[in-house]
Amino acid sequence: MSEQLVFAMEVTLNGLMAGVLYALVALGFVLIYKASGIFNYAQGVMALFAAMTLVGIMNGQVPFAHVINAIFGGHITHFGWNVPGVLAIALTVGVMILLAWLVQVLVMRHLVGQEPIILFMATIGLAYFLEGVADLMWGSEIKTLDVGLPQGINIWIDETTFQIFDYGFFIDNLDLVATVIAGLLVAGLVMFSQYTKQGRAMRAVADDHQAALSVGISLNFIWVLVWSLAGFVALVAGIVWGTKSGVQFSLSLIALKALPVLMLGGFTSIPGAIVGGLIIGVGEKLFEFAIGPLVGGATENWFAYVLALLFLVFRPQGLFGEKIIERV
Amino acid sequence: MLDQTAGFVTEDGRTIGGVVMEMKNITLRFGGVEAIKDISFDIREGEIRAIIGPNGAGKSSMLNVISGFYVPQDGEVWFHGKKRKPMRPYEVARQGIARTFQNIALFEGMSVLDNVMTGRLNHMSANLFQQAFWKGRAEAEEVANREKVEEIIDFLEIQAIRKTPVARLPYGLKKRVELARALAAEPKLLLLDEPMAGMNVEEKEDMSRFILDVNDEFGTTIALIEHDMGVVMDLSDRVVVMDYGKKIGDGTPDEVRSNQQVIDAYLGVSHD
Repeated sequence: MSEQLVFAMEVTLNGLMAGVLYALVALGFVLIYKASGIFNYAQGVMALFAAMTLVGIMNGQVPFAHVINAIFGGHITHFGWNVPGVLAIALTVGVMILLAWLVQVLVMRHLVGQEPIILFMATIGLAYFLEGVADLMWGSEIKTLDVGLPQGINIWIDETTFQIFDYGFFIDNLDLVATVIAGLLVAGLVMFSQYTKQGRAMRAVADDHQAALSVGISLNFIWVLVWSLAGFVALVAGIVWGTKSGVQFSLSLIALKALPVLMLGGFTSIPGAIVGGLIIGVGEKLFEFAIGPLVGGATENWFAYVLALLFLVFRPQGLFGEKIIERV
Repeated sequence: MLDQTAGFVTEDGRTIGGVVMEMKNITLRFGGVEAIKDISFDIREGEIRAIIGPNGAGKSSMLNVISGFYVPQDGEVWFHGKKRKPMRPYEVARQGIARTFQNIALFEGMSVLDNVMTGRLNHMSANLFQQAFWKGRAEAEEVANREKVEEIIDFLEIQAIRKTPVARLPYGLKKRVELARALAAEPKLLLLDEPMAGMNVEEKEDMSRFILDVNDEFGTTIALIEHDMGVVMDLSDRVVVMDYGKKIGDGTPDEVRSNQQVIDAYLGVSHD
């Protein structure tokens, strides 16, 4: 087999893994959009906030330590204990649910029935607010996150491929784990939204508030549920991305990578987010591999967006989005 | 005066039971505008009760008070012999009061079947995991709910469009789907806000037949608002007439028809 082809295979595999990571972020957007018609600009910051909270809890940091010290003149920073990963994750889930409830009570409840653009603006505000609160709570320095996910080259794949192709593939263990996690998450979410009564209620709320009320659905409950789910997905994305590249402000920018994924997959489809992520992941890696050298490289920075633009022109609802039905 | 608890028998031989819902001295204001002024009336078990009146009389407001979308400033709502505390619409729905809307409120992106299934939400008690994994109570419950829904779909003759997204349907059929969703909840009281608005004669006849059949077969108590006087008089057992937020008549269609105030409100009074 030609060396080029084997190399392309490795690039494709890595692309698939990168795609899964994009999809993880995109999922959070899809959830909220499906259930409330809101494009949640704060999804990326929520991932950052979740990751920072997780690290903070694990290290036994005192939240708002700077504020407390400034007011009372103390020097506390840590409680002096370390929380094991699993417990810390459970606690962070609790924090994200609390956050969801606060968002609903303080912001979204007052905007019922407003135009989508107003709700969108509110989430922009939420994003900046949350960014500030996260720094205030846990400090703005770059942190490492290690909840025990395996990292580094997968030896087994390296050796097996070396025997077959005489060339060992470099596949990161973390990427493999992320793929498994994403798979489980998607299966869970699809089951939730298609088969459970809360899922059906969620789709109903997304469609028509009045009608949902008239069949006995509590809007408040569904919205808290949806924001909690989005918070949970943000936490998962935050753990994977945070483990990969450290917990820092730039983590919140992964949201930008989710945008083209959503345009490809459709804003309303959970499987669409996955397929969209995979297409973008593989597409940008292969494009860089094949065309990159001809144009001086760095195509990964723009390929996804150009692809998204093409989709906007020819198939605005995305691959799996709800058909745009218009009666004339 | 009718007896509060005992029922009566209508001309066509149906038995009407005791009082299901009673509105006592309801007053509803929007800022300085009094939409409903001190209105009292009751709805009895098994009857078709109509609320009629000219445009802006406050009929829809009254329906919204019953279904919890509006909270009146004054007055009491009694349901099944108990005074109702101020409730949110979804709480009212869970008490067994289903409704349709004047400007159709359906889940446009979902299929007809899914829309009707949402009416069964409060008849599901299996928990999240049982439902997701199709274990325990979930299976039996879903089968029972689907049976009920199919029965209603058959009843309203919308089998052919079961899987069609609602957004694709013409107006008349949407109205019927909305009725199906309300019926799926097996309501103790069914509220219909202008079920025949914007329909042609044939569609109106169909809808009238369905309303009568629902009342007859399921024994559902129905309160409806309608503009078309002919339809109202044919359908209903008793009629409340409203004008400018006040009640100006209450009784059987015949009594109401001969009420001078009602005639004035509908035809206008000469000012000479």
